[in-house]
Amino acid sequence: MTTAPAPAPGQPPAAFLEVRDLRIHFPTDDGLVRSVDGLSFRLDKGRTLGIVGESGSGKSVTSLGIMGLHTVGQYGRRRARISGEIWLDGKELMSADPDEVRRLRGREMAMIFQDPLSAMHPYFTVGAQIVEAYRVHHDVDKKTARKRAVELLDRVGIPQPDRRADDYPHQFSGGMRQRAMIAMALVNNPELLIADEPTTALDVTVQAQILDLIRDLQQEFGSAVIIITHDLGVVAELADDILVMYGGRCVERGPAEQVFRRPQHPYTWGLLGSMPRIDREQTERLIPVKGSPPSLINVPPGCAFSPRCPYADVPADGITRSERPELAPVPGTDRHHAACHMTHEERARIWTEEIAPKL
Amino acid sequence: MFAYIVRRLFAVIVMLLVVTLVTFGIFFAIPKLTGSDPALLYVGKQADPETIEGIRQKLGLGDPVLVQFWHFVSGIVSGRDYSGGGTSVHCDVPCFGYSFRTEQDIWPVLKDRLPVTLSLAAGACVLWLLGGVITGVVSALKRGSLWDRAAMTVALAGVSLPIYFTGLLSLAVFSYGLGWLDGEYVDFAESPGEWFSGLVLPWITLAFLYAAMYARLTRATMLEILGEDYIRTARAKGLREPVVIGKHAMRSTMTPVLTILGMDLGALVGGAILTETTFNLPGLGQAAVKAIGDRDLPLILGVTLIAAAAVVLANLVVDLLYAVIDPRVRLS
Amino acid sequence: MTIPGQPSASPEPAAPLLKVEGLVKHFPITKGLLRRQSGAVQAVDGLTFDVRPGETLGVVGESGCGKSTMGRLITRLLEPTAGRIEFEGRDITHLGVAGMRPMRRDVQMIFQDPYSSLNPRHTVGTIVGAPFRLQGITPEGGVKKEVQRLLGLVGLNPEHYNRYPHEFSGGQRQRIGIARALALKPKLVVADEPVSALDVSIQAQVVNLLDDLQEELGLTYVIIAHDLSVIRHVSDRIAVMYLGKIVELADRSPLYTAPLHPYTRALLSAVPVPDPARRARRERILLKGDVPSPISPPSGCRFHTRCWKATEVCAREEPPLLTLRPGHAVACHHPEDGSDSGARGAVT
Repeated sequence: MTTAPAPAPGQPPAAFLEVRDLRIHFPTDDGLVRSVDGLSFRLDKGRTLGIVGESGSGKSVTSLGIMGLHTVGQYGRRRARISGEIWLDGKELMSADPDEVRRLRGREMAMIFQDPLSAMHPYFTVGAQIVEAYRVHHDVDKKTARKRAVELLDRVGIPQPDRRADDYPHQFSGGMRQRAMIAMALVNNPELLIADEPTTALDVTVQAQILDLIRDLQQEFGSAVIIITHDLGVVAELADDILVMYGGRCVERGPAEQVFRRPQHPYTWGLLGSMPRIDREQTERLIPVKGSPPSLINVPPGCAFSPRCPYADVPADGITRSERPELAPVPGTDRHHAACHMTHEERARIWTEEIAPKL
Repeated sequence: MFAYIVRRLFAVIVMLLVVTLVTFGIFFAIPKLTGSDPALLYVGKQADPETIEGIRQKLGLGDPVLVQFWHFVSGIVSGRDYSGGGTSVHCDVPCFGYSFRTEQDIWPVLKDRLPVTLSLAAGACVLWLLGGVITGVVSALKRGSLWDRAAMTVALAGVSLPIYFTGLLSLAVFSYGLGWLDGEYVDFAESPGEWFSGLVLPWITLAFLYAAMYARLTRATMLEILGEDYIRTARAKGLREPVVIGKHAMRSTMTPVLTILGMDLGALVGGAILTETTFNLPGLGQAAVKAIGDRDLPLILGVTLIAAAAVVLANLVVDLLYAVIDPRVRLS
Repeated sequence: MTIPGQPSASPEPAAPLLKVEGLVKHFPITKGLLRRQSGAVQAVDGLTFDVRPGETLGVVGESGCGKSTMGRLITRLLEPTAGRIEFEGRDITHLGVAGMRPMRRDVQMIFQDPYSSLNPRHTVGTIVGAPFRLQGITPEGGVKKEVQRLLGLVGLNPEHYNRYPHEFSGGQRQRIGIARALALKPKLVVADEPVSALDVSIQAQVVNLLDDLQEELGLTYVIIAHDLSVIRHVSDRIAVMYLGKIVELADRSPLYTAPLHPYTRALLSAVPVPDPARRARRERILLKGDVPSPISPPSGCRFHTRCWKATEVCAREEPPLLTLRPGHAVACHHPEDGSDSGARGAVT
């Protein structure tokens, strides 16, 4: 995220990646699913953005939207309605020719998926799949591409990479498969790397290895990284900036340090209160968020979080239930934004007096 | 992979022996169960008692079943002499038996008719695979479109209509009505063109039924595969959509198609009998029908064995293809 | 693991509710046409522990450590290969289906996946009331009234008696599973990953519910999970498992503040912590590689292939689970407190 003033719609931004008012809606028999409903953010090269949210918050739909994957291969399915702007390195992707976006996919922007076993083709060797990813974007012979694949497998820490390249995904362990997946994503030196729950399917000791690897690789390649996860611990490990999503919208975003030290949105408080923490004194009880995540077909009017918010009645006149709060800068901070009807003073008081002491 | 092939080949030989034994056992048991004289069955209805007695000696029908089986199997490898009742008949290698009804060796009959049935089956198989798989893929990619609905309606009809109906219908329309393609079966070596035109209608008739099933199977499988994570990965790599479909999705779609193909090649004999009868093709199916009518037991036995061998070999080929496609089969 | 001769630390320890000794479960692997046994998955290989009435024993470990198999063994959903399980002093190791029936009232299980463990064609009332029918019991006031009371107990609306599982969210379904487990007033509840399929904000609801129910009904829990933070929050004592063995068994606070087994230390250091300020200054132990296969586990100490402290003795001899401090047992030749049995060469 940058501090530069936002350019007008349709004008290229200064940031490497800028998403403006992204909306992704899916028509279904039950109604329109508003998976992403007006999301904006910026990301510079060399920085890591953590997008945090629960299931159905729209975080994965956002990542596939940036990759342009909601518009290809939708055979006979009802077309997703997508609007907004996605600027990547000075190019606007939503209005670009689909084949141009395809050529950016895998080369300038690459993605790591949650479950590396199902995300790799079971019938092709790991090496062949990486070679393929390289040769789509580079006009080289198989031998050169294979050399590159083995080099990458070596870089991500796979022992005997020359031999393992000829193995199939099912012959790899879970951690090794995720390393191979990362090698495949990095083979073209992408400038934007999107990791969608990259460690959720892994054991904790392997998770630590993979998070370490992603951090090292980012320092080495200097790319922009988006890490999507439900785990606040994982974002705290990696992210410079954090964006919290709820019901298809951003409810809070800002530098990681600030979001963790002085979170501004009651939903972020709820997430922090729900997590048992290994780094603090034992608390007697967790502070859960009541109720369940909203349906994306019938998003509650006003603030989507209001039905679950313990402070929904703090602002006067039931405004929380009638009017949607806009994302507004938090006074006295650098780039920290929150979408909440409570005043900054009210939020500061509740956080210091009621929430922070119980965490 | 090599060890896998050797293992499979070994299994095929064992399988063929078992099939022969079971088939032989059934044909040995039939006369016992029906309480009729086996020799009478082997010779047909009108025969004088001396001939029957001669046949009984020639076939060694008094021997235990395993001895008879041994004579039969060794006959395949080294030929066999049927002697008894003062006369002797020699049956050349490979001897699959001797028909006392038509007074000839079984093998030459099978050898003449096998190419007809193979031509019919192979051609129909190619046709239905191409037609079924292409229709299925296009239907999947255009799900819900007019094409998809039309193709699936035709496919439903194809699955439901029996061969003699579609066969007679096509004969009536194309051959009698329009005067096309009314050629008889001609050997490929003699004239490839006439061989082809003589078989076009039977091919289409036989393939129609299977193509319909394969179109439905391919469509359903393709739709499922398109939802797989690795298809999304392929797109995320920046592959062109034709590569995503043609390489990544097709490879997975072919696995269940092959599995079903292995089973269908076995069931094909039934379809071939109907088709050969409808189109008057001089194939094994027709021979089998005739042999059953004539109660020519040695010929029925021979046809059954050839059909069984064809099923076993077809399954071997499918299993090997399966291993080529899916590394998890090969490596486990 | 009760500690003999420590009267000052705790009063006379109550008789254990569940006593497990040398518990082993091997799943045979067969090969070829003749189904010859070519090996075995050594899922659980010699567990010994007690569960005391009223406490929560947490069992933690990575995939393949055998924790779920252990849960299914002590609830006797699986037949043990060897060892002994005693419930309230009664040997239940090899009880058959009929023999287990009365036990089923006292021992209940909660499963991970609230979606697949509920029959979608049955109403909530039928699901929660099933244990009464299976046991042939009519509770006071009738089944329906009792089921509605149970639904209220786990925080569901008793009027939803006639709804189907798909009408509920994931967290509510897990509550249905809990209500079903509590129907017969069990003494021991074994929960296998009860919250790992749930969203973070819902996890906390279920954790708190389990907590309240324990207090209210005097339940004893064995909670199996891979999440060390959750385990720390819910447990009184914790067993850390690695490849079918317990490597460390201790009260909560010493385990988390001063772990004795290198594996426990590595696990704890690997947990991501929601505090970006800490990431620069924390000490993290990165283990090499993955967990080895339980089909051919390493010799000696099973952790030695990934352990930075491993010496020659570790590959040779299996360390026994020894109580090094009151309430703290560890199976290691080179434990973290320096009482190094391997270095002394004194292997018991």
